[in-house]
Amino acid sequence: MDQSASADHSHGGHHPKLAHHFNDMQQQHESLKMGVWLFLVTEILLFGGLFCFYAIYRAMHPEMFVNAHEYLDVRMGGINTLVLIFSSVTVALAIRSVQQNKSKQAVTYLAITLVCACVFLVIKYFEYQAKFEHGLLPGKYFRNADVVGTDPQIFFSVYFGMTGLHGLHVIFGMVFLTFLLIQTHRGVYSSEYYTPVEMGGLYWHLVDLIWIYLFPLLYLIG
Amino acid sequence: MSTEHSTADHGHGAKGHHPHILPLKVYMGVGSALFILTGVTVGTALFLNLGSVGNFVLAMIIATVKASLVALFFMHLLYDNKIYLTIFIGALVFLSIFILFTMADTERRGDIYPAQAIPIEHPTIYGLQPENNPISHASHGEEGAAHGGDESHGTDAGHDAADSDDHGETPAKADGH
Repeated sequence: MDQSASADHSHGGHHPKLAHHFNDMQQQHESLKMGVWLFLVTEILLFGGLFCFYAIYRAMHPEMFVNAHEYLDVRMGGINTLVLIFSSVTVALAIRSVQQNKSKQAVTYLAITLVCACVFLVIKYFEYQAKFEHGLLPGKYFRNADVVGTDPQIFFSVYFGMTGLHGLHVIFGMVFLTFLLIQTHRGVYSSEYYTPVEMGGLYWHLVDLIWIYLFPLLYLIG
Repeated sequence: MSTEHSTADHGHGAKGHHPHILPLKVYMGVGSALFILTGVTVGTALFLNLGSVGNFVLAMIIATVKASLVALFFMHLLYDNKIYLTIFIGALVFLSIFILFTMADTERRGDIYPAQAIPIEHPTIYGLQPENNPISHASHGEEGAAHGGDESHGTDAGHDAADSDDHGETPAKADGH
């Protein structure tokens, strides 16, 4: 079965990946893209709720936030930021490669993106491990008498809630990117049909966007 | 087939369309700018002191510039149909309303009824009395909470046995290593 860019198909001569409720590939591409953007809106509002949670408690406990954030490792957070930015570049280049019908190159870029995501999660694991060792846990599990300020467990609730949910999104993104990698390797995508790769890329860029805001708000306070 | 297009128009064919492909330099340029701006964020946070408000505003400005670069170039918003940009900006507008209105309330608490502006001093978790509260006993660790859990059985009338068992076990789990 011809899965590449050929337009010949047993019924009607359209691209095999054109769903029948669309007039043409252009319309399908634009519709799918709008769907992804609407989904990204829901993600922005999801994390937005958590950012609001951050804002409220930081306003109520400004000194405690400054003191508690000293227990976060800025180097690890900074490296994670650079890793995610780099992965955004590689996923964008992967889309670009598919647009140019260079599947092998696209597979390479997607693989690098996945490796970056793994590096991000590994660094995050070490960060979390350091927190667990010092009893810096969220909410009622907090066990550290050294942090100065009222209710320091609140900061760590914010920290684990936001970075944890973000980490989950990284994992979901990795699952989809792996699917895209396999499909690209099989030659399913081309310059005529690269929409799923672009959708995965948009999601991944959003994950990067959220981290771009999380990093200064959690690691670089005052 | 030409792979570099300088216009923002997509092809309008019934069978396929020609993707708008950005030159490699754009991706490299934006990526480099993002790396540099990350360095600037960390540098200004650690070494530049503009007061807590000034530092916060500067960090947010730099983060917004970075986010704009990612959105406009990597996510293609600058080159695509403006509807996607509208949807994205719309999300940000509603998020701003959400946070601004909430903070306008949070910051003004206690203006009319000062008694209600008391911050949380002894967090009561699941109705535990302060002396049984594991957070107040953070320096004592397991012992305080475990004994507190046992003691609260008799004193708290409406207190669930399951809750105090939970607090008896949790410290051991958290400090298990």
